[in-house]
Amino acid sequence: MTTTLRHLQPGQKATVVAVNTGGELGRRIRDMGLVPGTPIRVIGRAPLKDPVEIKLRGYNLTLRNNEADHILVEVEEEA
Amino acid sequence: MSDSSQITIALAGNPNAGKTSVFNALTGSRQHVGNYPGVTVDKKEGEAILEGLRVRVVDLPGTYSLTAYSLEELVARNYLIGQRPDVVVDVVDAANLERNLYLTVQLMELGVPLVVCLNMIDVAQARGMQIDVGKLEELLGVPVVPTVGRRGEGVDELLRRAVAVARAAPRWRPLVISYGSDVDQGLAELTAILEGGVPRQGLISARWLALKLLEGDSEVMGQISEDSELGRRVLPVVHRIGEHIRRTLDDDPESVIADYRYGFISAISRQVVTHQREVRLDFSDRVDRLLTHRLFGPLFLLAVLYGAYQFVFWGAEEPVAWLEAGFAWLGGQVSTWLPPGPLRSLLVSGVIDGVGGVLGFVPLIMFMFFVIAVMEDSGYMARVAYLMDRVLRVFGLHGNSVIALIVGGGISGGCAVPGVMATRTLKDPKARLATILVVPFMNCGAKLPVYSVLIAAFFASRQAAVLFVLTLLSWGLALLAARLLRSTILGGEQSPFVMELPPYRAPTFRGLAIHTWERTWQYAKKAGTLILAVSIVMWALMTYPGLDPSARAAWQARIAAAGSPAQRQELEARMAQEELAHTWAGRMGRALSRLTAPLGFDWRTNVALVGGFAAKEVIVSTLGTAYSLGAKAEEESSLARRLAATAGWGPLKAAALMVFVMVYAPCVATVVVIRRETGSWRWPLFSLAYNTILAYLLALVVYQGGRALGLG
Repeated sequence: MTTTLRHLQPGQKATVVAVNTGGELGRRIRDMGLVPGTPIRVIGRAPLKDPVEIKLRGYNLTLRNNEADHILVEVEEEA
Repeated sequence: MSDSSQITIALAGNPNAGKTSVFNALTGSRQHVGNYPGVTVDKKEGEAILEGLRVRVVDLPGTYSLTAYSLEELVARNYLIGQRPDVVVDVVDAANLERNLYLTVQLMELGVPLVVCLNMIDVAQARGMQIDVGKLEELLGVPVVPTVGRRGEGVDELLRRAVAVARAAPRWRPLVISYGSDVDQGLAELTAILEGGVPRQGLISARWLALKLLEGDSEVMGQISEDSELGRRVLPVVHRIGEHIRRTLDDDPESVIADYRYGFISAISRQVVTHQREVRLDFSDRVDRLLTHRLFGPLFLLAVLYGAYQFVFWGAEEPVAWLEAGFAWLGGQVSTWLPPGPLRSLLVSGVIDGVGGVLGFVPLIMFMFFVIAVMEDSGYMARVAYLMDRVLRVFGLHGNSVIALIVGGGISGGCAVPGVMATRTLKDPKARLATILVVPFMNCGAKLPVYSVLIAAFFASRQAAVLFVLTLLSWGLALLAARLLRSTILGGEQSPFVMELPPYRAPTFRGLAIHTWERTWQYAKKAGTLILAVSIVMWALMTYPGLDPSARAAWQARIAAAGSPAQRQELEARMAQEELAHTWAGRMGRALSRLTAPLGFDWRTNVALVGGFAAKEVIVSTLGTAYSLGAKAEEESSLARRLAATAGWGPLKAAALMVFVMVYAPCVATVVVIRRETGSWRWPLFSLAYNTILAYLLALVVYQGGRALGLG
């Protein structure tokens, strides 16, 4: 199933399909290693449900929901 | 080797990769902090010694990339290109290899002579990662040295390898990787054009420039367009290739390039890293689960912020008291040696009080930066931003602004000077500026004596409630003012929040000590002298021109003729009042009285507010003198009684004055620190004007509104 990073629940795993933004935000997202093909896992959300914390490439990253909107992911089905 | 040919090592690396600990291990205490020319980014330099050879080490700002988007990245890149260090040591977090290699690859594309420092190798091993260092060296084609910077392990070897590379004085050899056939063809075409037309060719590879042009790098674009001839030839080609790539690959050239870079890195990582066991949730993740928990996280944050605040002001209390006592003693000594007169007044009230004022902030700043260093080095600072972002974003601030606001007086009794300096943890320049400009609204410790006199005089039965309202009011005003600034002069798009949450680590004593010391010293050296100078000007305003000799002689005669000690004191106090009225500050107070009449302020209040620019606590003592309390001017209770009994004063005027004091022009020390932190006079001057106008309007609303409602 394909969705955006905003809609993932804590604990869910997914693979980045596309990053649909350019400019400074797009550059920053890619600098941090969020490029197509990268496996990610959602660690949790801040108390007001925003921002979101994810794990990728062995480290933890946080971004706002409105930034996560630009990241298209393929959800890994539960085994 | 002579000094002119001294080897320079530049340290590059991601934030949180342990670059600072490697720098500290290399240079020990032989380091100092400066600025890169024209910008407020710190430039740390030090000296390492290898077998008697002195090596210069320059610590570049921590960056994830080498684009033109952030100031830090631009500073780092321009240093590498402009200064051409003999060798670059790229500090890489071994436990986070892939993302760190992204910068490494960009350094290699630039072609700098490189040594990779594989730092925190112990953490990687503890996480079950095995890294084949020999294989990594082979694949990257540069020396790779594993280190544990915090304990200094491997740092000697790192220095030896770096010096060896520098001595070989290699030419810059840009790494050539493939970004797919479409980009590669475009690169080749652009490179050919640039090689014919770039005057600095040979220093920077044409391919690197071509790469940056395809990435849409604003700085390189600008440089190429400066040469209009070249610009006309190159830019249409860049545009055409970009369009072609967008059409065929359905993506921007810059994303395609980034994807291929990460592809290159993944290929290396697969060959070099073996995971001996999969650690699902490591220690740091388990701590994080607790500290960012929906309920426990905010509670813990509150406790940390409150604890940090208490620690700073508790810790600084004793040293500040010693300093005050010391300077009071010194002032007393000078007073006994020198006869009364202008010189004594200058030394005691101008210089000694001024130096005391400057040094009085030092313990506060020291403790505050210590607390901030603990929060930064432990990794908790990023969690503060994570937890607070949703709330503070509404006002255009950053999650970490909360620390500056609290230290600045968000909990009554803070101080704007360390508050403004605490904004250094904010990377978003606009959010940082907005925070700097609203920190002075918080109720700092020097405003409290003013409040307490007025509350004692007019709101004695509701002390706690009034103070609480003042605290809420200052938060509300600060947040709304920030919102206003961010939607007007500091408007525009928000910077991306996207932020690494580094693993929790125990801070090292050495790291904390160095951080605290260098920031405190910067304050004392750079802000201190200016604060002293302005303090002396303020002293002169409050002292000159004084009474003319004949008037003075008349007063002295009356005092000498006084019948009783009480009468004598009364006359002395009235003379002091008269003198104050004659000074420049007194004249300003009178001149302003027409303007401040709608607020209910007379010249006495005005002169106290002028004096409050030197330091807010001066308002109380100046009011005391203006109401001819003489020697009792410093006593708050006698001033409160006097004000309560004076016609024209009432709860409404007191309320208007408290609001005015809360909001109006920040004190000298704060203004100077804003100047230091923003790098120009523009913002401190803006702050003076903006705050005073806002204070005027608010006090006007309170006073006139209250009167309209029949309260005063």
